[in-house]
Amino acid sequence: MFSVLTDNWPLFRDGFWLTIRLFLVSGVLSLVLGTILGAFRVSPIPALRAIGTGYVNTLRNTPLTLVFAFLFFGAAKMQLALPNPFWTGVGALTIYTSAFVCEVVRSGVNTVAPGQSEAARAVGMTFAQVLTIVVLPQAFRAIIPPLTSVFIALLKNTTIAAGFSVAEAGSIPAAMSERGENQLLTLVWITIGFLILIVPLIFLQRWAERRVAVA
Amino acid sequence: MRMRTLVATFGVAALALTAAACGKDEPAAGGGGDAGAASDSCGELHKFTAASGVDVAGSQTFTKAKTRGNLIVGVKADQPNLGYKDADGKRCGFDIEVARMVSAGLGLDPDKIEYKEIPSANRETAIAGGEIDYYVGTYSITDKRKKQVGFAGPYFIAGQDLLVRKDDTSMDAGKTALKGKKVCSATGSTPIQRVKDEQLTEASNISEFKTYSECVSQLLDKKVDAVTTDDAILKGYAATAPDELKVVGKPFSTEKYGIGVPLADKALRDKVNSILETSASDGTWKAIYDETLGKSGSDSTPPPLEKY
Repeated sequence: MFSVLTDNWPLFRDGFWLTIRLFLVSGVLSLVLGTILGAFRVSPIPALRAIGTGYVNTLRNTPLTLVFAFLFFGAAKMQLALPNPFWTGVGALTIYTSAFVCEVVRSGVNTVAPGQSEAARAVGMTFAQVLTIVVLPQAFRAIIPPLTSVFIALLKNTTIAAGFSVAEAGSIPAAMSERGENQLLTLVWITIGFLILIVPLIFLQRWAERRVAVA
Repeated sequence: MRMRTLVATFGVAALALTAAACGKDEPAAGGGGDAGAASDSCGELHKFTAASGVDVAGSQTFTKAKTRGNLIVGVKADQPNLGYKDADGKRCGFDIEVARMVSAGLGLDPDKIEYKEIPSANRETAIAGGEIDYYVGTYSITDKRKKQVGFAGPYFIAGQDLLVRKDDTSMDAGKTALKGKKVCSATGSTPIQRVKDEQLTEASNISEFKTYSECVSQLLDKKVDAVTTDDAILKGYAATAPDELKVVGKPFSTEKYGIGVPLADKALRDKVNSILETSASDGTWKAIYDETLGKSGSDSTPPPLEKY
């Protein structure tokens, strides 16, 4: 059981390291893009609301493989390709995950009592100030659990990139099969690897929940 | 009300845009785009007559298949002239004919074979788990694999080569000319590992996709300069787009394709070996080769069997 891992250690190490980088970079980018889109959806400007709604309704749950295939093969035909497979992969994961982040942020904003933003506006704050100083910090409390779920999904979704020239953990079984290694044990180790990666996310969620808890 | 109309309009427009884009994209992702279109439909298959009164004493796999009435065979579906499934769902190619020949030799109607598309990475698991009776799909016999799977054959000998754009002469020398070139192959495959191990090109120039069709699509879009794998597979692609693609023709490895059977089922392995032996001597092997891979213009003969 252990020899499957130890004999092929560089393969597992490189694969999971790429998974971690892919997750972190697209995680940060989807959080930023998703929050911006969420702000669009609750903004007073109809055009921005339309962009946010259009984005979410188009991309939410569009099969991730299709988003990848579009960026790798469709965009290539239209001379729109991103610099290399890693960034194309980050692009696909970010586009896909932002739609979920957007909805989570929006639902969080909806939990903040309207009186809060009315009061903020009454003291002369702009929409951006109301959102960043008053509403989002309060919304954050409600969105921690669903946001963690979105990021755990993102972490596991990175495996889709294996089929698109990003040799992360999801590509390990293919290489292991060619080396004639046991496939079931390979999958067991990959599962263990992902469980280990999820643990920090769970602790982060608990820590964040405690920090913003109403005393 | 006005706002709602605007949102609806935008949403519909965005949807229409994506739908159009996806439609355009799908053939590229699935089947090699422009490369496949021309000669993609499968023609007539070879006529086989199922042998009568066959019994493979001691083979569990055979006993189960006999009761079931047909064989379940693992194949590939995206390798033109080898293991291919056309738009109508018909299958053809050299590997498919070998699968049918073995079925006929086992006394089971080849037209009743139930095909299962098993990706390379899942082959051992599918055979060991009894999901398929045997596997015919450019499956190289290696010592490591022999510990998990029994191999009958080899029924074909291929070698790693390069597929390039027709007008590109910069890689005519073969593998030594790969330095600085963008190379594509299937994720984790032996050919791409050889490129890495022998450092034939820089790590940043290597692309790995799930299927060779996707690599061929990238080659045609000039995102990569060469697709590398066994020449048998490459010739199949070159034959679908002879005006755009060519095989360099300097093979730099030896791949012996075997038929994967359950490891413990030696009786089945011996029987399949004897079916292959007969096909070599009675001309069946040559006939199905000429009907499939032989169309690429290169000749071949049945290789000697490895009986272990």
